[in-house]
Amino acid sequence: MVFEKIAEMIAEKMDCEVSAVTADSKFNEMGIDSLDFMEMLMQLEEEFGIEIDMGEEKLETVGQLVALIEAKQA
Amino acid sequence: MSFSILGTGMYVPDHVVTNDDMSKLVDTNDEWIRRRVGVGERRLSTGETAADMAYFAALRALEKSGCAKEEIDLILVASVSGEDISPSVACMVQNKLGVTCPAFDINAACSAFIFLLETAAGFFARGKVKKVLIIGAERLSRIMDFTDRSTCVIFGDGAGAAVLGEGDGYMDAVLHVKGGDDVIKIPQFQGMSPYFKGEQIKPYIHMKGQETFKFAVSSICHDTKELLQRESLTWDDIAYIVPHQANRRIIDFAASMLKVPKEKFYLNIERYGNTSSASIPIALDEMDQKGMLQRGQLILLTAFGGGLASAACLVRW
Repeated sequence: MVFEKIAEMIAEKMDCEVSAVTADSKFNEMGIDSLDFMEMLMQLEEEFGIEIDMGEEKLETVGQLVALIEAKQA
Repeated sequence: MSFSILGTGMYVPDHVVTNDDMSKLVDTNDEWIRRRVGVGERRLSTGETAADMAYFAALRALEKSGCAKEEIDLILVASVSGEDISPSVACMVQNKLGVTCPAFDINAACSAFIFLLETAAGFFARGKVKKVLIIGAERLSRIMDFTDRSTCVIFGDGAGAAVLGEGDGYMDAVLHVKGGDDVIKIPQFQGMSPYFKGEQIKPYIHMKGQETFKFAVSSICHDTKELLQRESLTWDDIAYIVPHQANRRIIDFAASMLKVPKEKFYLNIERYGNTSSASIPIALDEMDQKGMLQRGQLILLTAFGGGLASAACLVRW
């Protein structure tokens, strides 16, 4: 559910196929810059009703972000 | 008694600095700056001080408002880039205008224009003034680090002014501060004391991009919604939103979060860059010159920046 949402967001933002996004996909390799990333985090905060601390954003892959959000939801 | 905006004025230096010019100073390029910040060119002073620019903007605002300089009861100026700590920029504007009214500066960084309006509202409410001159004036090129490509491409110089007179145009405002220096900081020169052992930080604009982005977007969304709710208004009631021109992506993203059409936001960052406290009055004056503003329209101003401070206010034009 979290992964699907993130994959959808990336596909829309970067104009690529949802299927091209995997848990191992790296944000910088997909061309997602720091402001794109910030936008995603803020959308995810709203979507899942969580708060992501700025100190936590040493995240490189989609899988790491999914894990962080799932931990926040638990 | 509240006030209405009787007239606005702006001044920007003649010297245009393009993104190609900036790319000769730091490793950057036009495409990157436009996509990341939304700036195409900026005006940078070749000699004008913040006080000079404030004075020129004031002259235009006085002329447009039909107000004689002798009628001004108070001068309030916002600047983070004035040349001198003392006299204040406001004092030098008073000097240049050759008037005798009280004059002082307010520091609320990029949000300051709304803090000026709210301060002026207090003087009007107490019946102490009939006409007030407020100005946001910045020579940000004085505090830009021209070796830091992540910040120096953002900013520009300029000034915007407004003459306020008794009326009921100024409706309501919200001011917020989340004090701290870890996201945006503009240190002063730390001095020459042989005894001071504290850190020497370069006296330029230091800014963490991602944190600033988040604060800015959150502030726009929160402050504007708070204001609309308090005044029982909806976005349909608002003719224009005039945001502090910080970064086009901040404004675009805030618009999408608020689900407000982008066309409602007035943008001119492409031509001037981020001029801090001057950006809102410059935008208002441009809108007025273009004939976009009609009497009775509701205009929402929203600003955010160093402090961290943010503010929004509602004005009936």
